[in-house]
Amino acid sequence: MTALITIDHISRLFHDPVRKQAVKALYDVSLNVERNEFLCLLGPSGCGKSTLLNLIAGFDQPTSGTVSVGGQIVKAPGADRGVVFQQPTLMPWLTVWENVAFHLIMRGVGRGERRQKAQRFIEMVGLGGFENYFPSELSGGMNQRVGIARALLMNPEVILMDEPFGALDEQTKMDMQAELRRVWRESNSTIVFVTHSVEESLVLGTHVAVMTARPGCIRELIKIDLQNRMDTTSPEFNRYKRHILSLLRPEAQSGGGATTSLKTVQC
Amino acid sequence: MHLSTSYPSTLATVYRRVERAIVPVLILAGWEVFSRSGILPAALLPAPSRVLVAWADWVFAIDGNTQTYSGHWISDAMASAARVFTGFALAAILGVSLGMAIGWSRRVEQLIEPTLQLLRPIPTVSWIPLAIIWFGIANKPAIFLVFLGSFFPILLSTIHGVKGCDRNLLRAGAMTGGTPGKLLRHIVFPAALPSIFSGLRIAVGFAWMLTVTAEMVAVKSGLGYVLWDSYYFLRYDIVIAAMVSIGLLGSLTDLIIKLMAARVLRWQRGSTLHRE
Repeated sequence: MTALITIDHISRLFHDPVRKQAVKALYDVSLNVERNEFLCLLGPSGCGKSTLLNLIAGFDQPTSGTVSVGGQIVKAPGADRGVVFQQPTLMPWLTVWENVAFHLIMRGVGRGERRQKAQRFIEMVGLGGFENYFPSELSGGMNQRVGIARALLMNPEVILMDEPFGALDEQTKMDMQAELRRVWRESNSTIVFVTHSVEESLVLGTHVAVMTARPGCIRELIKIDLQNRMDTTSPEFNRYKRHILSLLRPEAQSGGGATTSLKTVQC
Repeated sequence: MHLSTSYPSTLATVYRRVERAIVPVLILAGWEVFSRSGILPAALLPAPSRVLVAWADWVFAIDGNTQTYSGHWISDAMASAARVFTGFALAAILGVSLGMAIGWSRRVEQLIEPTLQLLRPIPTVSWIPLAIIWFGIANKPAIFLVFLGSFFPILLSTIHGVKGCDRNLLRAGAMTGGTPGKLLRHIVFPAALPSIFSGLRIAVGFAWMLTVTAEMVAVKSGLGYVLWDSYYFLRYDIVIAAMVSIGLLGSLTDLIIKLMAARVLRWQRGSTLHRE
């Protein structure tokens, strides 16, 4: 069985006009994502995790190598890959339900059908009753839910999320994480989620790809097997956390051993 | 004044209601007194009451004091308004569509923009001689001038609006499977609308200005023609009545555009700085 997303030896170089040299944002990255996985791309700022997500989304093209989704090589953005952005990025002139059903406007679907199809996803992200509000009338967390519902409605092969909860307060973030897990289970979707928070990656992911910077590459892909994910203080949780921290700070003592390492890329 | 009121707040309410009328009423009263005082010959600065009498005859034909204009106000106003509307509508259609193309496509911009920038600094009124020799003495030169005058503000504000469209919204649109045509219609155009409407409001002011100018020079009907014709006959009361008529119709068209904008840009209600 082939993986849903195949990232095959991709590199992405950016030209640095100040130092007049190429910067390796990503160097020789290979990664497979299976259907129904919840993969977290974890790493510090500048490690290329957002670049990698943009390559899968088709917003950017690799300097070498290929990205395929569902067997098709990615050349441009498309509705088979739903993106939830760092900022909600909603159309401010459209109401909540019109934003959720934006994909159907692009497909030329009539108003009545759009309204009807949007409802299920509005309920799914818990925004029932806010259908006719404009984005400017809602909080940041609610707008981010609209963005998630918009991506879900397209029924994409994969949902790509770029630190979508980064701008939210701690309490809202925890609620959203729990809800995202529920939505992921209910909708049988595949999610690639970019974050710089070790805890967030462990709370959410079935897999965590730990990335390091300069050049950006995947240090280790870890399968997460936790009984109770929301308990961020359990011994198992801390074992994973210690191991990941040791990967992110190589100079510190390694606490590994208990984790299931799938693959280690030579960085 | 005898305001029978038991609450100070009632007085404040009454004051707030008449507040906006105070300055205009004082100006009109001062003007009336000044005109009747005889400091200037009454013919040079007719009192508001005389303007009102002339205007009433122009509109309703009450005593025939405006002679050939008596009772013709509606048709004069309609003639001017039709020119404003036609020229403005043409400018809006062409200005918005060309502005969208220039703002969206760099190639169109490089092809058309330099020519437009050469034409733009030429004052619209300086086109009057050419407008007359090309279109004669009738509606057409006036419509041409109105079109020219309102076209540039609409064009520039449309370009500005399109270029200000948030690139991330276009990314989101591409992500939902939008083709360039759909993105232009469903993202770029609505995103540019606030800017387009501010251009339309500026343009409609220019449209009235140029209609009146054209009517004074190249057309034999409309409020501007009456204004200029009355000047020759030393009827300054009619001149002022025409000025006020133009002002009122100008504010009316501005109000219409403002109301349209408020309706179309309803989504801005949560983000405006000043709430009613």
